[in-house]
Amino acid sequence: MADANQMADGYVPHAPGYVVNGGPTLLTSRFLFEDSHTLERSMQTGGYAGLRTALSRAPAEVHDEVRQATLLGRGGAGFPAGVKWGFCPEGVWPRYLVVNGDESEPGTYKDRLLMERDPHQLIEGCLIACYALGLSQCFLYVRGEMALAQERIAIALNEAYEAGLVGANVLGSDFSVDIILHWGAGAYIVGEETALIESLEGNRGMPRLKPPYFPAAIGLYGQPTIVNNVETLSNLAWIMENGADAYKGYGSEASPGTRLFAVSGHVVRPGVYEVEQGVTTFRDLFYGDDYCRGISGGHELKAFIPGGGSAPWFFGEHLDLPLEARAVSEAGSMLGSGAIVVMDETTDAVKACLRLVRFYANESCGKCAPCREGTSWEQKILQRIHDGEGRPSDIDLLLSVGNHISPGPYPVASFDTEGLEAVPFPPSQTTICPLGPSSVAPITSAIRRFRHEFEALITRSDSIPVASEAGA
Amino acid sequence: MGYFSEANEVLATEIIDRYPRPKSAVIPLLHLAQEQEGWVTREAMLQIADLTGVTAAEVLGTGSFYEMFKFHPVGRYMVNVCTNISCQLLGGEELLNHVESTLGVSAGDTTEDGMFTVEDVECVAACTEAPCFTVNYRYFHRATPEVFDQVVSDLRGGHSPVERGSAGDSGDMPEHGTLGRVRQEIPADKMAGVVPPEKAGEQPVWLPGNGEVDADG
Repeated sequence: MADANQMADGYVPHAPGYVVNGGPTLLTSRFLFEDSHTLERSMQTGGYAGLRTALSRAPAEVHDEVRQATLLGRGGAGFPAGVKWGFCPEGVWPRYLVVNGDESEPGTYKDRLLMERDPHQLIEGCLIACYALGLSQCFLYVRGEMALAQERIAIALNEAYEAGLVGANVLGSDFSVDIILHWGAGAYIVGEETALIESLEGNRGMPRLKPPYFPAAIGLYGQPTIVNNVETLSNLAWIMENGADAYKGYGSEASPGTRLFAVSGHVVRPGVYEVEQGVTTFRDLFYGDDYCRGISGGHELKAFIPGGGSAPWFFGEHLDLPLEARAVSEAGSMLGSGAIVVMDETTDAVKACLRLVRFYANESCGKCAPCREGTSWEQKILQRIHDGEGRPSDIDLLLSVGNHISPGPYPVASFDTEGLEAVPFPPSQTTICPLGPSSVAPITSAIRRFRHEFEALITRSDSIPVASEAGA
Repeated sequence: MGYFSEANEVLATEIIDRYPRPKSAVIPLLHLAQEQEGWVTREAMLQIADLTGVTAAEVLGTGSFYEMFKFHPVGRYMVNVCTNISCQLLGGEELLNHVESTLGVSAGDTTEDGMFTVEDVECVAACTEAPCFTVNYRYFHRATPEVFDQVVSDLRGGHSPVERGSAGDSGDMPEHGTLGRVRQEIPADKMAGVVPPEKAGEQPVWLPGNGEVDADG
């Protein structure tokens, strides 16, 4: 156990950022142990019991249990895992499992923690999924930059192979599957599941044209492939051991169980919190004594991003929404990957917006023209506004570029701030994947609420002659 | 031919044998090449092409998509400073300025002694521990200019700074190119075996017959 006096202020030193909050710990129960990543500790604390339960039942029953648990995918889209599993076409073999450990959405820090601190829980989840669906090989794709996670998973897999938990005849049964650790090499877009598959096939990580919408139909090497996120799979051991009904005892009806939320930015106690879905609100999370303990420096909240860089921003009036996918989506944003970024009143909205947009411009894979060209246009326009060289027409121009990547009823001509409420979310898209449209979310969010900051910077630059207008 | 050391050539073959298609090993082999020399050389790409049955152009085509692969020599230590949103809010850009002025190089450049390359990078998934930088992909959480200075002086003095970074990590700081310091090893007798797509129609043995498994299909 972690030494009590080591646990300064709720933090667990060997699990950086993880905060004990007194709530249920379906995913993080082992984090308190310094050796949480070892097979020995895993075995002493019920590790692989879920796998044993699964192997004692028919594969179809295991699938049913997961379907009944309504386990929602934790990668961003929130699609029910049990339903996604059902999309494999009948009678087509072999099928593969690809684990998405390419966590890179701005603000997201939870899969890395799960991989570094409890790799056996993830391996157990992979085995349960492979057993249930008849998946013949599993590829565990870990983001290239996560050296410690790769190391911990390699050690854990070596231990698991040695113990007969992975590989030929798992635990003496006729269930056999290899789990292959695969490293990425630095590309955000590879988190998109068809790009992930391209990358795993040894190609540039560019998303595939849809349909088919799900790789369960046509995936790795053209075969049915299940792509699941690390946190999603990390839930399976608990579900198998305790059952779907017990799982549904946590969280809300629409979103059962717990989730890991990384709260970063301007809060007193930033950290990764395991939270029951739909029960806790953003206000509880930001201000509660068990959670972040308020905005840092005694400042006021300005805005917050509820689900990663791609999510439209929320403001003070959204604080009482529960942490639940449906409620957040009805309010016009998404819980996404559990990445919450808090900005206080001192935050420069234009600068924050520019930094997020620069990310999408950087990470655009270049396959679709509206995203490839549009995101760099957005970045350039925001950069010149930020640098005091903006033009009066730039706000309109930004929205117009956005309209080409993610068409919607943009109030471009009217300069009507209220009209921005009508911009659809989830966004429509002229691109294969949502990366381009994601760049539009920070722009419409910032302009909607902080238009005056853009205008102030542009007005200041009014005295600077602009070639095209000077000649007019 | 002949880029990989004897030991790495054995490893390369083992890695290729884990995938249903050899091309899937291109990225792992590019990592192996970078581990051997700190960057990916032309000779490395030629041999990877040879080993995986693709053209050298395809190896470069794939490799050049990914930011971690360097096709020119870089420093022994890759210093990546995150300036994305969570780090920006808590001083990531100021930290990058400090790193650049301390080392006397701009982001993207390498110090004259070949010790450090500095990069201004995107989110590295340490958002609650902002601001953050990594050295050869080992994390330094809640970083201050003082921590960075210590890390530089450790490395210049031949000491490992890993324990100053992310609690729970320890040991040596490998040179650029090495990621995980331990590799996955699959004993031949424990391996379930690669299942290539050519095994079409063969249902896994642990499933009950008659295709009844997919009642929902």
